[in-house]
Amino acid sequence: MRKSSSAPFHFLTYFLVIGAYAALQVLQARGELSATMRGMLVPICAYVVMAVSLNLTVGVLGELSLGHAGFMSVGAFLGTSTAIALQDAVPVPGVRLAIALVVAALCAAVAGFLIGIPVLRLNGDYLAIVTLAFGEIIKAIFNNLYLGVDAKGVHVSLLEDTTNTAADGRLIIQGPMGIGGIQKISTFTAGFILILISLIVIFNLVGSRAGRAIMAIRDNPIAAQSVGVNLIKYKMMAFVVSAALAGSAGALFAMNYSTVVANKFDFNTSILILVFVVLGGLGNMFGSIVAAAVLTILPEALRPIAEYRMLLYAVLLIVMMLTANHPLVKAIFNRFRQTGQIQLETDDEEKEAA
Amino acid sequence: MKKKLLCVLLALSMLFVLAACNGGGAPEPADDGTDTEANTPGNSAEPATPDDSATPATPDDSAAPEDGQAELSGETTPEPDTTHAPTPTNNTTPAPVEDAFKLGGTGPLTGGAAIYGNAAKNGAQIAVDEINASDSAVKFELRYEDDAHDAEKAVNAYNSLKDWGMQISLGSVTSKPAEATSAESFADSIFSLTPSASSPATIAGKDNVFQMCFTDPNQGTASAEYIGTQNLGSRIAVIWKSDDVYSKGIRDTFLEEADAQGLQVVSDTTFSDGNATDFSVQLNDAKNNEADLVFLPMYYEPASLILAQASAMGYAPKWFGVDGMDGILTMQGFDASLAEGVMLLTPFNADSTDEKTAAFVAEYEKRFGEKPNQFAADAYDCVYAYCQALTAANATSDMDAATINGLMKEQFTTMTFYGLTGTESGLTWDASGAVSKSPKGMVITNGAYVGMD
Amino acid sequence: MNFIIQFVNSLTSGGGAYQLLNHIINGISLGSVYAIIALGYTMVYGIAKMLNFAHGDVIMVGAYICFYTFGAMKLPGPLAVCAPLLAICAAVVVCTLLGVTIEKLAYKPLRAAPSLAVLITAIGVSYFLQNAALLLWSSSPKVFPSFFVFRSVNEAGETVTLRSVQLGSLSISFVTIVTIVTCVVIMLWLTWFTGRTKMGKAMRACSEDKAAAQLMGIDVNATISLTFAIGSGLAAIAGALLCSAYPNLVPTTGSMPGIKAFTAAVFGGIGSIPGAFLGGLLLGVLEIFAKAYISVQLSDAVVFAVLIVVLLVKPTGLLGRTVREKV
Repeated sequence: MRKSSSAPFHFLTYFLVIGAYAALQVLQARGELSATMRGMLVPICAYVVMAVSLNLTVGVLGELSLGHAGFMSVGAFLGTSTAIALQDAVPVPGVRLAIALVVAALCAAVAGFLIGIPVLRLNGDYLAIVTLAFGEIIKAIFNNLYLGVDAKGVHVSLLEDTTNTAADGRLIIQGPMGIGGIQKISTFTAGFILILISLIVIFNLVGSRAGRAIMAIRDNPIAAQSVGVNLIKYKMMAFVVSAALAGSAGALFAMNYSTVVANKFDFNTSILILVFVVLGGLGNMFGSIVAAAVLTILPEALRPIAEYRMLLYAVLLIVMMLTANHPLVKAIFNRFRQTGQIQLETDDEEKEAA
Repeated sequence: MKKKLLCVLLALSMLFVLAACNGGGAPEPADDGTDTEANTPGNSAEPATPDDSATPATPDDSAAPEDGQAELSGETTPEPDTTHAPTPTNNTTPAPVEDAFKLGGTGPLTGGAAIYGNAAKNGAQIAVDEINASDSAVKFELRYEDDAHDAEKAVNAYNSLKDWGMQISLGSVTSKPAEATSAESFADSIFSLTPSASSPATIAGKDNVFQMCFTDPNQGTASAEYIGTQNLGSRIAVIWKSDDVYSKGIRDTFLEEADAQGLQVVSDTTFSDGNATDFSVQLNDAKNNEADLVFLPMYYEPASLILAQASAMGYAPKWFGVDGMDGILTMQGFDASLAEGVMLLTPFNADSTDEKTAAFVAEYEKRFGEKPNQFAADAYDCVYAYCQALTAANATSDMDAATINGLMKEQFTTMTFYGLTGTESGLTWDASGAVSKSPKGMVITNGAYVGMD
Repeated sequence: MNFIIQFVNSLTSGGGAYQLLNHIINGISLGSVYAIIALGYTMVYGIAKMLNFAHGDVIMVGAYICFYTFGAMKLPGPLAVCAPLLAICAAVVVCTLLGVTIEKLAYKPLRAAPSLAVLITAIGVSYFLQNAALLLWSSSPKVFPSFFVFRSVNEAGETVTLRSVQLGSLSISFVTIVTIVTCVVIMLWLTWFTGRTKMGKAMRACSEDKAAAQLMGIDVNATISLTFAIGSGLAAIAGALLCSAYPNLVPTTGSMPGIKAFTAAVFGGIGSIPGAFLGGLLLGVLEIFAKAYISVQLSDAVVFAVLIVVLLVKPTGLLGRTVREKV
């Protein structure tokens, strides 16, 4: 049932992503993209990946996570460090970027696994606050971490720089100063490929046996458990995949700027990603992608109104949430449903809401 | 089902936004696309050559992006063009100046660090208005964009300034965003003079990024030297902000120089953004280690809390601050008696009787209802330094950014500038972009700065 | 491993007990501020079942109102003592109205919507309040007046400002004492109000089951509005006390204490009124201890790590009720 109904929808998502990529490339090649737009392409890709990965936790698994930026941070710091350490060994930027993204994903997956052990035992708001706590802990650690690489290998220290990195080496992570002097090797194409990979991973996971188990847990954990679904295993699976994708998004993001600091990946960033997910619709990857892109561009597009811009952004955010949940709007959607034109995969989510 | 419609709505709005952002995007040279797109091997090490990214900034071109944005704002707000509006309360929009240089800068105008960005913006605005009202041949059009003290948003802000047609840049106000935007402006060959981003990384390896403020290490060394030579204290405590580049930079070199000066650092404690309200632990540590001088390399906001809490616990060592502490006396409601005897190094003194300073302070108070701090003064100086350099180089506003970049590099390394900040002997810059400014020692007596020498 | 050695050393070194006492006092003064904010959080969460992330920003608004009314008031001599009280009253009134308005405009239309939608709206409200404050009151920090000081004249004839009570070499500031007393009073009042009064019972009924409460003739909308009114009024008081203790006032003043207080509320068991009080105090003491004995830089990490451990051992917080899920 699900497979047949959601496949066209997946197709639409891929179509949108590929179409947007092609359109933007054409515009770029013709020089019709403004500097602002060109500057935002990579961060948009990173935020899109963040949004779809968080949607896996919040929408598909049904657990509220307020610390998703923590995984982004792990990926950003360790992925970028890898890229810097390999600067001489791997001269081709594309390959170096790919290695960095993979390393970032692996590191974030490990972090996700370790954090998942305690977190996934909890439920609801308590789970949310624990993810928030982990996000803050990760931030505090990276704010005090020193990591140097020289001929003798990798040196790590906490709180004070006692790495004694040799002069020919390089102190990559410098505590509160983060990483500086990063080569900008992230590209729009890399971001596009990362989005595609994320979508393939998520759609395949959701469509698989494991995915059905994950959604069964979301809809009713007790019922799922009673039919023999291993709660921890499947929760962990979704959580780790989500963390891994967030990690590579973090690395992509960090390598688009010459500098990155731990404070960037704080509670506010986690919330920002959550806003993308909720606005785009829980469990709806297509919505997440569009919401991430729109809400990243929106503050920039509002620049002409100068100091009122963030105020208007807040108002728009509230209005969007109110409109999306307005009974009249809902009624219109319901009419669509009755005509039976489009079958959608988010029915269960509404059941949950009710 | 509702998701579907919502998606369609969102997609439509995205198209709108895209159209608005790009509506009149200044035509870029066609080969520019290859840069940002798929950074092909070998291309990324050097992001852009000066030629292909320098947008020709003729009046026609630069008008285009504004059209685009006006199209959008027509949708969202009835007020299409607020380019010049400095602050909501003081909307002294100057008449558009013809043949003006487009001067852009980014700074935190919102968020926790907003005070620094707004001060710099206001200071620069005063200088621009003064210059435009004068008979100077060089005129400016100033635009400040918000970066919320964040590298990502700073790059966005910088790009939107580029779309506007920025010819010369005031860089970013705070250090970390400045690191990101200075890398961009180096790649784009847009000359940049930052008023207040003091970390060495801002100028390192970029020959067209200059600073108006002295670098952090410079200040740490100067402070320790000052304390050592003037015998201000023997047991030193340092309280610094661990997640602030500025604070850490000063503290690191301070410790080094303190060692050389034979000063004993008995307590070295930190705080960070998340816990910048309660300093009882840090102060107790200093007190228990019998520190007779506490060095505070930080901005004045946390410093004011530290002074108040120390006073409440009856701890009264000597206090020694840095230039970021300037402004503590201008805080609305601050009990100046708490700051009595505080020493600090600052390049700018709002209570100075110097004619130029007094005029600037009066104008600033008139317009913005508060006393300017050193950020405002540095930004004010930046604009005047540009004015001097552009006049000397005979630059005209129809030159493109790359040409001006070359001229400015030449001027700034050779000229001497006399401004509100710095000493009587004037300011000079070396090729690295660092300024020859020496901090002045001041002590707060009866609620006013008094020179310490 | 250095931490542990340092920890043991500092506990056993000379004056350890005195230091320990000192840190406890400082912790309580920090914790009392968290506690009073947490009470507002827990109140709204307990009844309306929503995380009101805008609570911290209502606190900020309250503090600004307090600051400006206090500054504008010119009371003659003896009446000047009442000025802080009047300023706080003004802040309570404004914040109550603000809270009710926010609830009417932003939260009420979402009564039937998923809780996440309300959460995001609350975040939107939080952004809105911060940016509106930035436009209204500018970004330059205001120094909040010292409400709780006494001025006396010493033997030498100088005016002395007293900020704290001295107990030997320990000192407890008046703000701390006032905050703790206020906190206890509010806690007791809230407990009495929700437990004994008709309105309070209606609130509890709404928190258990909105539909059933409606069937019993309870006006659910009015009850939730009242909850917001009380929560926002408490926020105004919290704002005044927060800024009296830590007198810097900027548009972002409320956000960090807001998150900490939310943590405190969860720590004590969110929804539980005594839990919020206990959680706040414990969080404050914990934070000061972590700073003093482990590391200032990692103090937040330590606090959150302890929170995680507590939640793992007792998943509903210290005083939270465990609700068995029925199938």
